[in-house]
Amino acid sequence: MAFAAFSTAEAPTEQAPRKKSRIALFLLLPGIAYLVLFFLTPLVSLLLTSLQAPLEFGDIGQYQYAFNWQNYVDVMTTYWPHIVRSFGYALAATVFALLFSYPLAYFIGVKARRWPLLQSLMLVLVIAPFFISFLLRTLAWKQILSDESFVITSLKALSLLGPDAHFTGTPFAVIFGLTYNFIPFMTLPLYTTLERLDLRYLEAGSDLYANPFTVFRKVTLPLSMPGIVAGTLLTFIPAAGDYVNASRDFLGGPDTQMMGNVIEANFLVLLNYPAAAALSIILMAAILVLVGIYVKRSGTEDLL
Amino acid sequence: MIRSLIARARASQMSRRTMLAGAGAGASALALAACSTGGGVAKPTPAADESATDKTLNWANWAAYIDEDDSGNYPTLQAFEEQTGIKVNYEVAVDDNNTYYGKVKDQLALGQDIGADTVCLTDWMIARWIRFGYAQELNHDNIPNLANLTPALQDPDFDKGRQFSLPWQGGFAGICWNKEAFPDGLASVEDLWSPELKGRVGVLSEMRDTMGLIMLQNGVDIAGDWGDEEYSAAIDVLTEQVESGQVRNIKGNAYLEDLKSGDTLAAICWSGDITVINAEAGDKWEFAIPEAGGTLWNDNFLVPVGSTRKANAEALMNYYYEPEVAAEVAAWVNYITPVVGAKEAAAAIDPELAENQLIFPDEETLSKAHIFRSLSGAEEQKYQAEFQSILLGA
Repeated sequence: MAFAAFSTAEAPTEQAPRKKSRIALFLLLPGIAYLVLFFLTPLVSLLLTSLQAPLEFGDIGQYQYAFNWQNYVDVMTTYWPHIVRSFGYALAATVFALLFSYPLAYFIGVKARRWPLLQSLMLVLVIAPFFISFLLRTLAWKQILSDESFVITSLKALSLLGPDAHFTGTPFAVIFGLTYNFIPFMTLPLYTTLERLDLRYLEAGSDLYANPFTVFRKVTLPLSMPGIVAGTLLTFIPAAGDYVNASRDFLGGPDTQMMGNVIEANFLVLLNYPAAAALSIILMAAILVLVGIYVKRSGTEDLL
Repeated sequence: MIRSLIARARASQMSRRTMLAGAGAGASALALAACSTGGGVAKPTPAADESATDKTLNWANWAAYIDEDDSGNYPTLQAFEEQTGIKVNYEVAVDDNNTYYGKVKDQLALGQDIGADTVCLTDWMIARWIRFGYAQELNHDNIPNLANLTPALQDPDFDKGRQFSLPWQGGFAGICWNKEAFPDGLASVEDLWSPELKGRVGVLSEMRDTMGLIMLQNGVDIAGDWGDEEYSAAIDVLTEQVESGQVRNIKGNAYLEDLKSGDTLAAICWSGDITVINAEAGDKWEFAIPEAGGTLWNDNFLVPVGSTRKANAEALMNYYYEPEVAAEVAAWVNYITPVVGAKEAAAAIDPELAENQLIFPDEETLSKAHIFRSLSGAEEQKYQAEFQSILLGA
């Protein structure tokens, strides 16, 4: 849905022909079959799992199907800090990614128009990190930011960090990792909208005596809204469910665990499948609601 | 594939009924369904053995857990293939007990082949497999070398008389520290909580090792009869150290990265690893079993319930219980071998190796190492939940 925002919003000039709906349905069939098989079936299975109850006299990890709504109450009361934290971190990462990406995308898409070679080169640089697994890149950051690393020892020498301070295992490290990992997802949609920005609108703005800031606020920003919405969605949704950056094995510590880590622990270690499933459903539902409100508020429903 | 789907559907009769109930048949069907299960879950039936005609074997094991030469071959395994004519497909398929279990548990419950005819997993996980009927009973007649099994490991509480499992390699969990930062070394778990180590201590995410060491420090015999009270006391210690920021992080295998990068200067760690990172990253670390004692764990061979090559697997186990072969493996992997006579065989190759207490521990060293007692399903659930709540923070 978010991908619709990549295309320019052109109003359809003609009504689509309505007669051959049977053929349209037939053409949709593979897509529908795919969704039923790989989206709907797992979703139903997940929903049923989330309602399971422990088997009477059962061993660890043995559950039976039931309508145990209590699972949802239990995970909410136990893990509400992780739920709040997940969305907090995802929000912070999205805002930071936007702050970094917007000038970058503006430069590539607008300022570098005169030099197509530079433009393509910079785009390649934005995408280049994808050539290396993001697990490896995150591990590399962990090394770069470790206590005995050049970066941290220098900061300590300059008294910018206290002698006992450290970076890995803190919320800053996790938000840093999330921001870093999702910047390309923010930059690319922003670039696609800014690249088509008609500069004559900006000229018109300054001809009408608007200062550069007003031109940006009244012209550039509204025109790049589709890119902002697409970019924030592409960043926020996966960031909220991310469990790599916050994992204790990567940039996180015991007090930075997000929902994904809680789901992992419940599924793999505690074998509490209903709790893991209930948390997954809550995560999905919460994202759906938050994204719905966001899209409604930003007045871009027609873009989706 | 269709067959396995049908098998799954059969195994989950429950789910079909419940779905019906969900679709509108009402709660009565659900109540009926709930009654029909009774307690517990039926154990799967072991597959028939076809080893006589099928001379292949799939072995799933952990990384860096068998002797390997420079070109990536496994010399002892090649010798086994020549000797027996059994083609072994050795796969490094296990990187964590829990993730491996998560991957194969559904097939195991149905008694299906999991793609491995023998797999090496840690004591507590083995205990679960045996309890659930996921392991095949071994035929000791096919493993005459069983006589070489070290006496201390012959009768573990999870597998009396070793009917289902045989140790592959073992190790200690103890404490280690950076020698450059702490030339005097550490002696006990209590030393990890000293103020100068604040924020630079790592502990393992393996509950039995971290909690085991803390309980030992508290004076509890972890192999013996202990309960909630002793466990809670140890949980309190760990909670305090994590919340005060004394403990920097709680990790699995990745704790080695923290030691190497210097994020942690001391840690609860596994014996074999320290030999390896000293070789890799300069001779900087030292391992010791704490004064109050360390934990001893083993990874054990077992034959999954769906395997049709049990006799081949037994031949493999028998082969690795030859002292000479065991010595060759131990010299490479740096873990403790369960085979009596391997020490003497190793002394013939390299006398210094045979004296290494972390590979060939003597009685005195072994007396300091304790095996965490087996937990029932309910205990496991409860104790793991308490431990995980520290790992996940609030």
